[in-house]
Amino acid sequence: MADLAVKATELVKWFGEGDAKTFAVRGVSFDAFFGEMLYIEGPSGSGKTTLLSVISGILRPNSGRVLVEDTDIWNLTSDQIADFRLNKVGFVFQDYHLFPRLTTVENVAIPLIMKKLDWNESINMAMDYLDIVGIKDRANLPPVKLSGGEQQRVAIARAIASRPDILIFDEPTASLDGDTGRRIVDFVKRNILTEKRCIIMVTHDSRIFEYADRIMKMEDGRIIGVEKGGLREE
Amino acid sequence: MKGILRIAYKLLVNDKGKFAALLVGITFAVFLMVMMTSMFAGILHRSSSTVINIGAKIWVMDPAVNTPASSIPMPDYVLDAVRSINGVKYAVPLYSGGAQVKLRSGVYQAVTVLGLDDASLFGRPALLEGNIENIYAENGFIVVKDTEFPKLENPRLGTEFELNDHRGVVVGIAQVTTGGLFGIPTLYTTYNRAIQYIPNPRFTDSYILVEPKSSDAVPYIKQQVKALGYEALTKDEFIQKISNFYKYKTGVGTNVLLMTIISFIVGLSISGQTFYTFILENLDKFGALKAIGAKGRVLIYMILFQATFTALTGYGLGVGLASFIIAMAKLRLPSYAAKITFMNLGFAFVMVIIIAGISSYIGVRKVLKIEPFDIFRG
Repeated sequence: MADLAVKATELVKWFGEGDAKTFAVRGVSFDAFFGEMLYIEGPSGSGKTTLLSVISGILRPNSGRVLVEDTDIWNLTSDQIADFRLNKVGFVFQDYHLFPRLTTVENVAIPLIMKKLDWNESINMAMDYLDIVGIKDRANLPPVKLSGGEQQRVAIARAIASRPDILIFDEPTASLDGDTGRRIVDFVKRNILTEKRCIIMVTHDSRIFEYADRIMKMEDGRIIGVEKGGLREE
Repeated sequence: MKGILRIAYKLLVNDKGKFAALLVGITFAVFLMVMMTSMFAGILHRSSSTVINIGAKIWVMDPAVNTPASSIPMPDYVLDAVRSINGVKYAVPLYSGGAQVKLRSGVYQAVTVLGLDDASLFGRPALLEGNIENIYAENGFIVVKDTEFPKLENPRLGTEFELNDHRGVVVGIAQVTTGGLFGIPTLYTTYNRAIQYIPNPRFTDSYILVEPKSSDAVPYIKQQVKALGYEALTKDEFIQKISNFYKYKTGVGTNVLLMTIISFIVGLSISGQTFYTFILENLDKFGALKAIGAKGRVLIYMILFQATFTALTGYGLGVGLASFIIAMAKLRLPSYAAKITFMNLGFAFVMVIIIAGISSYIGVRKVLKIEPFDIFRG
């Protein structure tokens, strides 16, 4: 059994008060392990994104615990949580959220710069990460000049730049065509996932289910089942 | 922090349209503020030209006097009384009045005539041409070579003119520190000739110029003059009194203040709105930075840096533009009254910092409110 990366216990999150109170996550517990690619799948409004936000230190739950490498992240101060996100978690947003006014390599260097590394050192390291995702030749272009797939790769390079233990992907294939989406996830599975890294991905794109190690199905704020995924060998 | 500020700098300047709009707003505001306050400073400076050029340490006058040109003549006994005050080294009369001179071409030109004490010639200007002693020569006048000099048809030594049917002869051409405000040439002559040539009321001492024995004597002199029913002001106090008159009693100050406030509001509106739009457009990116692990204070530093950088660049451009316009105007119009002072620059700087502060406050509020969770939700 691989080491435990994330242990979520009885997580509850609601929005609003009184009559407007809406439960997004209802007593969810699960474990995620290093070396694992865990999908969270479910229809819109099932609470996947809320759950993802809670376990990645973005959204405070109303109750429950999130242990990451034995640290209860919601017992940390806001500054400590920010540091936790910077050092332990890498985010790949659905819309990438790349800075259009910066070059591709500068976008990738942002987490390194935030970690107070020297500018040139950050840029050099960012180049290495662009090399890993295969778009080093696009380093000095602004992201808007890149295709959707390339922008996704830039977002991945930025997410792994701070060498996080946990990678969070939010609907990574939502803005991509089927082939590109599959290629990206295949690339992630083969090159980004390591034994010391856990990838948690929210998706309802069934075309990439085959790359998951486990698929956690959510509905109405609850986990209704966990399925085993499987890597397609080509 | 240097790296993150560099990111902030690139985010700002690489958005060329917004950055240009921000700069235009602040530059325009600074330009207007500096121009307005400089013109006002120039007017105030020139309005005190007689006081500056004569250079007396203490001026005795009727308390109702507001400007050098609006002197109220004092009876002769005041001069004697002032001379007898302990602490007065010497005191001399000064005549200041207006007259019309008829030039050789037959044209009449208004002039200011300053009559200096015959014995001491206290307050005499530095001569460019001629000899000061020639002021005692028959009909001798000294012409000030300032921006109004051409209005006297560029006289030379020996040039003649008429003043109230009296012959006048230019015996000296002088330079002074400061030109006058009202575009009127200045003639210097002796006190006695001035009161002889120019029709006068009963009393003729426009001012009494006092040299105290020491600066410690000044309060006592002022007190004694006040007891006589008159007012003794130091040079700086008189300049301040003139300045206050123009600021508060003529409407000039109010107009300048209004224009300056309008400039400030225009600058604040343009830059505030543009900066707010800039923040709004990048809000999701700031949210993404927050999600990645940027602390709130890092985002505040970024926004403050962007606002400050824009403000200082706009300030530099605005001051440069105002200086250029004033320099060009002075080349074309030598009598153009505008003067950039450190106080003007400081005032505009404070206003620009306020603009930057308000603009960044709006941005900071917005950015601090954005939740990284909103980025996930899209």
